[in-house]
Amino acid sequence: MYSAFLIKYAEIATKGKNRYLFEDALVHNINFQLKNVDGKFNVRKEQGRIYVETDGEYDYEETVAALKRVFGIVGICPVVLVEDQGFEQLAKDVIAHIEEAYKDKNFTFKVDARRARKNYPMNSMEINAAIGERVLEAFPETRVDVHNPQVLLRIEVRPKINIYSVEIPGPGGMPLGTAGKAMLLLSGGIDSPVAGYMIAKRGVTIEATYFHAPPYTSERAKQKVVDLAKKVARYTGPIKLNVVNFTDIQLYIYEKCPHEELTIIMRRYMMKIAEHFAQESKCLGLITGESIGQVASQTMQSLAATNEVCTMPVYRPLIALDKQDIVEISEKIDTYETSILPFEDCCTIFVAKHPVTKPNLNVIKKSEEKLTERIDELMKTAIETVEVINCEPEE
Amino acid sequence: MKAYFDNSATTRCLPEATELMVHLLQEEYGNPSSLHTMGSNAEKYITEAKKKIAKTLKAQEKEIIFTSGGTESDNLAILGAVEANKRAGNHLITTAVEHAAVSATMAHLEELGYEVTYLPVDETGVISLDDLKAALREDTILVSIMAVNNEMGALEPIEEAGKVIKEFNPSIVYHVDAIQGYGKIQIIPKKMNIDLLSVSGHKIHGPKGVGFLYIKERTKIRPIIFGGGHQKGMRSGTENVPAVAALGVAAERIYENLEEKREYLYGLRDYFVEEVTKIPGVSVNGRTGRQIAPHIVSVSIKGVRAEVILHTLEEKDIYVSAGSACSSNKPAISKTLKAIHLDQNLLDSTVRFSFSTENTMEEIDYALEIMRSVIPMLQKYTRR
Repeated sequence: MYSAFLIKYAEIATKGKNRYLFEDALVHNINFQLKNVDGKFNVRKEQGRIYVETDGEYDYEETVAALKRVFGIVGICPVVLVEDQGFEQLAKDVIAHIEEAYKDKNFTFKVDARRARKNYPMNSMEINAAIGERVLEAFPETRVDVHNPQVLLRIEVRPKINIYSVEIPGPGGMPLGTAGKAMLLLSGGIDSPVAGYMIAKRGVTIEATYFHAPPYTSERAKQKVVDLAKKVARYTGPIKLNVVNFTDIQLYIYEKCPHEELTIIMRRYMMKIAEHFAQESKCLGLITGESIGQVASQTMQSLAATNEVCTMPVYRPLIALDKQDIVEISEKIDTYETSILPFEDCCTIFVAKHPVTKPNLNVIKKSEEKLTERIDELMKTAIETVEVINCEPEE
Repeated sequence: MKAYFDNSATTRCLPEATELMVHLLQEEYGNPSSLHTMGSNAEKYITEAKKKIAKTLKAQEKEIIFTSGGTESDNLAILGAVEANKRAGNHLITTAVEHAAVSATMAHLEELGYEVTYLPVDETGVISLDDLKAALREDTILVSIMAVNNEMGALEPIEEAGKVIKEFNPSIVYHVDAIQGYGKIQIIPKKMNIDLLSVSGHKIHGPKGVGFLYIKERTKIRPIIFGGGHQKGMRSGTENVPAVAALGVAAERIYENLEEKREYLYGLRDYFVEEVTKIPGVSVNGRTGRQIAPHIVSVSIKGVRAEVILHTLEEKDIYVSAGSACSSNKPAISKTLKAIHLDQNLLDSTVRFSFSTENTMEEIDYALEIMRSVIPMLQKYTRR
């Protein structure tokens, strides 16, 4: 019954002269997400709004699910589009819509008609009153409430007449590709995929870097990260994943530096390597899934110590979220089940029982001096032997 | 060089069995239940496989029921026998070192209200007959003991246990999980007082997805899968003819010259054990010589996590298991290794090598050479 979707977007409307750039990106991204949905779609801009029109049979559930993955959309309104065949026909169409959309007719409503086409014989107020009357007649359980209606029934007279009353929330945010690119440090955990998702939601294109440590971490652990990237790519589009072999660097640090500083020093080198790839790919920042105090390496002192090696801004969208909040988002974006698969990642293999929680930067730097002999060479090798995997969205 | 030492996880399917399977999928693909000649043709292959298998056990053809593999055989044996004998009692006996196909089924029955006694094992993984005697009760209806432990190769005294059980009460159903034992040791159910015997196809160079349960005639057992009444109603579902036929071939082959094969495997095993234990920090679990299965070696490497040695060897094209590979993506600590009270520090540092007659002395030497060089290196980076 719904032959179109009206796409609502919020922040784009404030973008002044750049507005068309954001709208065009949104149209492009909607088309991208609908590519694999059964049905024929036509996405078009009309008078400051975006319509997704359908042509013939289509899968409603899949279409809505796809639109819900398009950043920038705040609301998806399934619309009944009808030709203007006089008021009687319009009233019938409205009643048919209510009949189908609401099982329980015990609700309050308000009709909100708008006339973009001013030659329509009735004005907005007249349409409101007349349609309201017809609805009350057809469904005696309904009541009118003009201040706080449970159902806001919109009737818009454009070239065609739009009838809609349902608004499905979209993800919000900004259209992808409107904000530049950033490099995500992706591990196999719960947090980093969520961090990538959240930054991408602001319109940022994502690339990712993963550190593995064979034989201490397995091929399956790597596959898990690829799988996670593919899941995030459902929202962000294909993700270029840099897989860096970190074993030799890790063992070297393990050999030379105090054990309780291992994780901090390791993370400093990870940031350096990630930043290298970020610069190569013209990224404007790094993204991590860190959250204050979650683990020893994420205390404010530890964050300061790892941050210190970077020249780029480091975006940490989860910084003030609790674990439970992060888990909820990961469940929503369907990365949770994959994240909790039990494979060891390279951060945990040699972890100390009591790692430093308040590292002193001078002490850390002093420890790193012990690495001068070989670290540059090892970093160079790690960078040169990177394996690049293009992670297409999971179907 | 490639060295596949994970034959207790699965084996390569015999070329001869593979060809037969392809033939039966492509040419003689009839359903044995069909009344026409293509059906009866297919049925002949089933009968033929039964004949071959029955011969290896000195059993009768009608005592063989085909299943989807070892796990189903164990489930059918335990659940089916318990269902048929529940009026006789509420008590079951098994060992602390069974494969999950048995132990999880037992746990399920415990939830349903049955009482299960788990026989402990000594430090070599073997149960004691005295413990078994002490565990037997008036209301015991089933005893399930594995022939060969899948994680360390321990040989359980299945023949002696059979005697103990049947002397106590002949109507107790005696099940033996022979998934690691079949094809490695001679098993004669009738002589050994075994009522039910589980076997899997892919552990003996047959295909995956097929196995059988030996059911001694007149054993009280009920089916657990219902349907069209195939295999005399004991296991409904169209017979997997290609896999069954291939299993028949594999069973026949594995018991050809069994003594020679055992000698060959013991040769590999003894040499490997002798050499590998010379590497500092390396020890082998369980008994030695002929007191243990010929094909399984449980190796503990002090200071090296099992997964790490596994992946290190894998890089050199050497394939082993960490604990028991069956099903486990989860790095859970092995039940068997806990049951033998293995040193806490070695629990997560134990890998399983399992051989087949396709392995060679050269492969063993190759693996030893690699282990001699990588183990000291890995031990250097042990968790502090």
